[in-house]
Amino acid sequence: MSIQAKHIEQPTVLYLNGVSVSFDGFKALNSLSLYIAPGEMRAIIGPNGAGKTTMMDVITGKTKPDEGTILFKDEIDLTKYDEAAVANLGVGRKFQKPSVIESLTVFENLEMSLKGGRSVWAALNHRLTAEKKAKIDEILTMIDMTGRAHDMAGSLSHGQKQWLEIGMLLGQEPQLLLIDEPAAGMTDEETMKTAELFKMLAKKHSLMVVEHDMDFIEALDCKVTVLCEGSVLAEGSLAAVKANQKVIETYLGR
Amino acid sequence: MNDSFKGGPLTRLIMNDQAGRRLLGVLLAISILVPLSNLLMPEGSILHVSTFTMTLLGKYLCYALLAVAVDLIWGYCGILSLGHGAFFALGGYAMGMYLMRQIGDRGVYANPELPDFMVFLNWTELPWYWYGFDQFWFAMVMVLAAPGILAFVFGALAFRSRVTGVYLSIITQALTYALLLAFFRNDMGFGGNNGLTDFKDILGFDLQADTTRAALFFSSGLALMMGYLISRYIVTSKLGRVLVAIRDSESRARFMGYRVEHYKLFVFVVSAMLAGVAGALYVPQVGIINPGEFSPINSIEIIIWVAVGGRGTLFGAVIGAILVNYAKTYFTGAFAELWLFLLGGLFVLTTLYLPKGVVGLWAQIKGKMGGPGSGSGSEKAEGQA
Ligand SMILES: Nc1ncnc2c1ncn2[C@@H]1O[C@H](COP(=O)(O)OP(=O)(O)O)[C@@H](O)[C@H]1O
Ligand SMILES: [Mg+2]
Repeated sequence: MSIQAKHIEQPTVLYLNGVSVSFDGFKALNSLSLYIAPGEMRAIIGPNGAGKTTMMDVITGKTKPDEGTILFKDEIDLTKYDEAAVANLGVGRKFQKPSVIESLTVFENLEMSLKGGRSVWAALNHRLTAEKKAKIDEILTMIDMTGRAHDMAGSLSHGQKQWLEIGMLLGQEPQLLLIDEPAAGMTDEETMKTAELFKMLAKKHSLMVVEHDMDFIEALDCKVTVLCEGSVLAEGSLAAVKANQKVIETYLGR
Repeated sequence: MNDSFKGGPLTRLIMNDQAGRRLLGVLLAISILVPLSNLLMPEGSILHVSTFTMTLLGKYLCYALLAVAVDLIWGYCGILSLGHGAFFALGGYAMGMYLMRQIGDRGVYANPELPDFMVFLNWTELPWYWYGFDQFWFAMVMVLAAPGILAFVFGALAFRSRVTGVYLSIITQALTYALLLAFFRNDMGFGGNNGLTDFKDILGFDLQADTTRAALFFSSGLALMMGYLISRYIVTSKLGRVLVAIRDSESRARFMGYRVEHYKLFVFVVSAMLAGVAGALYVPQVGIINPGEFSPINSIEIIIWVAVGGRGTLFGAVIGAILVNYAKTYFTGAFAELWLFLLGGLFVLTTLYLPKGVVGLWAQIKGKMGGPGSGSGSEKAEGQA
């Protein structure tokens, strides 16, 4: 796949142009184009099966697109890399289903997520320095889990696992965070706390958040993209999108 | 509770591992006392361990090392190898080839160069792959290299194409089965179905002598302790936690930026080499290596030892290997034809009622009694899914 020249002028952290993926002839992504500016937070909504998770799969190297361009920071062609390489380039991903390492402690989960030392040799000779410990403590405070640092991740509640996984993303120090349905299974209070956390993160990172919960999207207070049948149906402020006739017909109306 | 990040390598290796300390203590005592009692105590004394018993126990120690090797990949990284007997056998053959060449002209055909079976096949010169095996050091290098290289090539292909779960288990069975068939062939040059046997001595010492047997027993105990410590060093490092991450959620490990295939390959090769060492120590004690060691059922038995002992603890593997093999020795003496059924039944029972094996049961009993220190960090059955 040759890199096509970007056709827009502004700098982007993530640039998707004409991306298509099909599974046995079914087009999960259909010439999808989407741009995220550095430091932007973007909410993605859309009906089940719209292709939201598949979009994250193609960005993170899990699925290869049939066609289209995917650029990270305007110049890195992400389609050339696999999952581990994309992660190390600075793209962090949170799964739809919380996936923390259940038989390790919260602390160990975070320690493992810390940036750097990915080779086998480095892992064998890893030492927990004061600097790393401080970083872990900082994340623990941010995700409000200082008291549970040495509990098994498997013993956490669903919402806490979601938070731990977000904490693990922060440990990786990515520039772009892809977050799939973070509020699923959270209480209303946890949901609002999560929205606050994301707004704080958006100061330093670019975020792409997929979510169904409209209150949550409202609290994020950012630009919204509506996906449907593998391509963008509408884009704009939440109010504008909600008022969009096509969106009402295909998604909100149902 | 959590000690894994406290202290340097020595602390995390020994101080934080109560169960392991006990195990190493017992192993050290056995490794020293059994040979001493065999050599020093008079034969009628109750403190005398017969050479037969010592050799049998030595075999168990080799099996225990093999079980540790399997637990390292299965218990910690979720790689269910049903072909680990192949690496054990390769280590055994490397040792066997050295022992064959030690026979020299004392064989039936008195050929100074060629082992008897080659003379019998009318071969006139030594195949190239037998060169160097007259040197002990070379044979020892091959004990590590033969299983290591096979594991590297096999693992590189399998792990890079992301073969996991049952599919991986099946191809490991196929691997050992293919080797079984290959080693059965006379023209492979490994003695065909008779294998390698009639060994005379090792490093110039008579293999039938009690002192030699005692030294081999001690070496087996030492190898098991070393193997345990190496494995323990790996699983208590961050590398060990990455292995657990791969076992519990392979994709999470990948999206965190870890190259899963490299980690699996590393631990698979280390495990194969440990299995090779176990095989190399086993062969001079039992006096024979033949293709039967490659048979798929052998590899499945190793899995049962580990499951019975308790997966993902390392010391559980040692206990399981010794318990099951002791039972096997007893039952195959008493009612041989029932053994396979008993073994199968044992596996089913363990899977259903003792998912954490004997070690887990012990921890449970201790927990129920509520004694001080029950469920302490060091007793934590690490990595139990
Ligand atoms: N690996 C796959 N194989 C076949 N079909 C798939 C695969 N992944 C996703 N799909 C299909 O692609 C469509 C989009 O799925 P997905 O991206 O998970 O939607 P969303 O996350 O928006 O709910 C669905 O119809 C789904 O069934
Ligand atoms: Mg989805």
